[in-house]
Amino acid sequence: MSKTDRWDEFMEGVWRQNPIFVMVLGLCPALAVTVSAVNAISMGIATTFVLTCSCVLVSLLRKLIPKEVRIATYIVIIATFVTVVDYLIQAVSLALYDALGAFIQLIVVNCIILGRAEAHASKNSPLPALINALGMSLGFTLGLFALGAVREILGAGSLFGIALFGGSFQPWVVMVLPPGGFFVLGLWLLLFAALERRKQRKALEVAQHA
Amino acid sequence: MSSEMNVSVPLPQTTPPLVMIRALGLIAAICGLIIVSAYQGTYDAVQENKRIAVERAVFKVIPTAKSIVEYWALPDGQIEKVGAGGAAQQGAIKFYAGYDERDALAGIAAEGAAKGYADSVRILFAYDPGQQAITGFGVVSSRETPGIGDKIVTDKAFLANFPLDAKVSNDSLANEIRAVKNGSKTSPWQVDAIAGATITSRAVAKAINDTAQALVPRLATHLDKLKDKP
Repeated sequence: MSKTDRWDEFMEGVWRQNPIFVMVLGLCPALAVTVSAVNAISMGIATTFVLTCSCVLVSLLRKLIPKEVRIATYIVIIATFVTVVDYLIQAVSLALYDALGAFIQLIVVNCIILGRAEAHASKNSPLPALINALGMSLGFTLGLFALGAVREILGAGSLFGIALFGGSFQPWVVMVLPPGGFFVLGLWLLLFAALERRKQRKALEVAQHA
Repeated sequence: MSSEMNVSVPLPQTTPPLVMIRALGLIAAICGLIIVSAYQGTYDAVQENKRIAVERAVFKVIPTAKSIVEYWALPDGQIEKVGAGGAAQQGAIKFYAGYDERDALAGIAAEGAAKGYADSVRILFAYDPGQQAITGFGVVSSRETPGIGDKIVTDKAFLANFPLDAKVSNDSLANEIRAVKNGSKTSPWQVDAIAGATITSRAVAKAINDTAQALVPRLATHLDKLKDKP
């Protein structure tokens, strides 16, 4: 595996196949916990841990797992790492644990993770599986951060808990409520769709001129 | 369907059941090992975090407290230190006795919970045996609407409800602690609700009332024992 291959494998999840903005997967945590930038990044880190550990373990055991019981095996492996991350977050900060609530346990059913295990890790050796999982995790974390930062700035007038606008700012509370999550996600999807369309138009123009 | 077609379809390769069981068993064993080591490895840190969280919450509602002792108030009217042997009995209420720097009783804190607007609102309130009153409360967990229901800890008029009268008569409080409509509070045991956050205000009053009705009468006969830090 050459260096450029590895970079491609990594960027796949960060940009071209971004789980939130391109594949539109894993929206349950993406909408629910992104009320602040800190929550968004913490959720991203927790998912990163589960995704990379599960993919590496699935990849290591891929020759041992009979295909008839593969989904059951993946779920057991994913649930294991979710339990581990659950304990780790409790050990780091109970306030954070309460803020993320049930969404830590719900990482088990995050379709990005099962999807990666099934579509990539089960067919590749541990190194590409790790690189791909890291890229996907970074893409997911960036997506959560993009949602969390906008919602915290508009809904609470702060970023990472630091007030940005001074005392006269009237927070736009709807942004930290569930509807705000849909609004902000919709706007981000609009932006990404517009970028994609512009790219296609440019490619078409180039093709016509040639 | 012709018989030739059936022949042309290759039989799917099946794994013998024993192989499947062996693979699942092995993976379950690996996963079990990982979970147990994570549990063992984080146990001390998690317990320490929980203890600090409780301490911080109690010190917030009893500002003069410097140390705490945890007790069970048993249904038969006795009190027992937490961890002094014997599991919690049915109907036992946990409370925290807060002591100041001279080891004298600064106040008693207990948890209460009631259904709010979004989910159950869990609070910790302080009872002052000297004043026979609830002197304040803090939120343990709530999912109330930001900017509306979460005003219960910031709204000055709402916090001015405290101290709330909690005198004992027979085996319960002399007067039920309850929320009344904004601006209609007439007695020291009523909670003047926040306009626009009536449901959350009611939850706070109900949470305090439910625990205090059972706990405060049980404490009355043990105040001498609780007066100084054991």
